[in-house]
Amino acid sequence: MSAAQVLFILVSTVTLFSAVMVVSVRRMMHAALWLIVSLLGVAVLFVLLQAGFFAMVQVLIYIGAISILIIFAVMLTRQVMSEKIPQLNRGWVAGLVAAGGLMIILAFVFRDFPGSLATTMGDPSAGDVVTLGKALADPNGFAIPFELASILLVAALIGTIYIAMERKGGEQ
Amino acid sequence: MIPLSWYLLVAAALFCIGLFGVLARKNTIAILMGLELMLNAVNINLLAFWSYLHHAQMNGLVFAAIVFAAAAAETAVGLGLIISAYRRRGSVTANDLDTMKG
Repeated sequence: MSAAQVLFILVSTVTLFSAVMVVSVRRMMHAALWLIVSLLGVAVLFVLLQAGFFAMVQVLIYIGAISILIIFAVMLTRQVMSEKIPQLNRGWVAGLVAAGGLMIILAFVFRDFPGSLATTMGDPSAGDVVTLGKALADPNGFAIPFELASILLVAALIGTIYIAMERKGGEQ
Repeated sequence: MIPLSWYLLVAAALFCIGLFGVLARKNTIAILMGLELMLNAVNINLLAFWSYLHHAQMNGLVFAAIVFAAAAAETAVGLGLIISAYRRRGSVTANDLDTMKG
């Protein structure tokens, strides 16, 4: 077994374990901290996939911004939900069956998918940041989807500010 | 070398764990965390397929970048909704947010 395989198994074990902790621990703050560990594991998987740029983006956006937003929300709504009562709803067994069933179905799909036997990655120099940046700014490439994504982000942020804004003068 | 199927299995497991979190948790913020896990699983899949099967094209990377933007937008809107609902109803439990229930 090569070093890359050992690293992969180690990292994916940590990622999956902390993902399980995210959905199972009682305290929301601990769940948020486990989420950070899980996202960091995904970033390492991106590095193993030769996508170093996305590993960096993962650390910046997910760990730096989204986790902090989630921790803020957890702290703002702290006293609302008692940590003594069960954190899972009544239908959690059905949820477990659905998730486990989906996992089994996906495993069978991967077994029959011929491409999943591929073991060699492409040339590492093909996916560098310069090529990606040129493709994103190229009108014949991905300029329009890229601009649409920015419009989506701006619209979402303006919408969020409007939704979360405190309104003077009672219920609206 | 690592076979592609390992990445696919890890991503599928991460997706299913996130799905369980979305289906089973009471707290809406925990549901949002499950969604983040699912989006990350999708990104692992996109980058794995790009890296192993379509390395010469930029489609996989651009798709992953757009998933990142969508994830950021989704979290911002979701947390804004949760804060707004908390302010009005004093609760973040999914069961209590039933105004639109038929």
